[in-house]
Amino acid sequence: MEPFRGQALSWEIKDGVVELALHRAPCNEIGSLTLDELEQFAAVLDGSNDEAHALIIYSKIKAGFCAGADLRELFQRSQELELREAVKGVRDYLERIHRVLNAIDASPLTTIATVHGVTFGGGFELALVCDLIIADKMARFCFPELRLGLIPGFGGIPRLKRDLGNAVVRDLLLTGRSFNATKLQQVGLVSQVVAEGEALRVARATAAQLGKFDRRTSVAAKKFIKPIPYEELGREIDIFCELFAQPAVESGLRRFAESEDAQPYLP
Amino acid sequence: MKPSEQTLEDILNLAAVHFKVPREKLTPDEDFFKTLGIDSLQALDLLTRLEHHFRIELPDYELQGVSDFRTLADRIQTRL
Repeated sequence: MEPFRGQALSWEIKDGVVELALHRAPCNEIGSLTLDELEQFAAVLDGSNDEAHALIIYSKIKAGFCAGADLRELFQRSQELELREAVKGVRDYLERIHRVLNAIDASPLTTIATVHGVTFGGGFELALVCDLIIADKMARFCFPELRLGLIPGFGGIPRLKRDLGNAVVRDLLLTGRSFNATKLQQVGLVSQVVAEGEALRVARATAAQLGKFDRRTSVAAKKFIKPIPYEELGREIDIFCELFAQPAVESGLRRFAESEDAQPYLP
Repeated sequence: MKPSEQTLEDILNLAAVHFKVPREKLTPDEDFFKTLGIDSLQALDLLTRLEHHFRIELPDYELQGVSDFRTLADRIQTRL
């Protein structure tokens, strides 16, 4: 795997660990540019299996790990198209995202999401595809999609169901409230909560530890214990697209896009 | 239960330290968005710090319409 420096992402291998850095201002929103680069990453990820044993995904943006889908771009593009074409465009976008996230989810490498600050929506979903989440104590997690008349569309619901009890999943999705890292560690989703600014260092130490074990055994164990819910992931895309066609979504997205605030849909 | 005046004082001190403003500049009834010049992301940051400090969980929808420290202290007090 050759090192890569893009506009939204960079990656390289250090000491047997692939490090994927997110660095698109304001908060790593996942729009077309980031998706293009994620697809490039997914294409080379498989080829790293002989050179690496772990993947760390982290953000260089101070505000947080990732604020989710680029809703302003999504709104703008949907306004340029007739509704049926807009829904088709959204389906295409979701299918592309799912292919990338499924590739990371299924990677033989042990994957670590290293999060701080805002970890919302699609950003939370990116963290959920990883085997471990290491969170700075100031990390904040949220699925705010209900505020926009939507559900998470990047695979969040099936993956939450994979990892958590249904009561916590209902709380996250139906209230749309944000949770701190300590709470998510208490319910078993976050592996380690660390001091502010220390998450990447701890992730690297954890990845170094993982490198001590027989690769074949780690790969076999991961495949055995971590099923990928492909059918439900497909169903999530269907439901998202049905909801996207509703008028409530256009008005929710318009309010978001026209606001000057960084996170206009909270609280 | 922690006296509510102590809760308010803790919040004012925490906000002054974190946002690096003189403590005397913060008053209980002023709009903290204007006084501190913060946006919603920074408000979330403050929320997390308050949760850690008071060892509580404070759903962000509890902060809807809250823009002064005294009302914020009341919301936190109900969780202690």
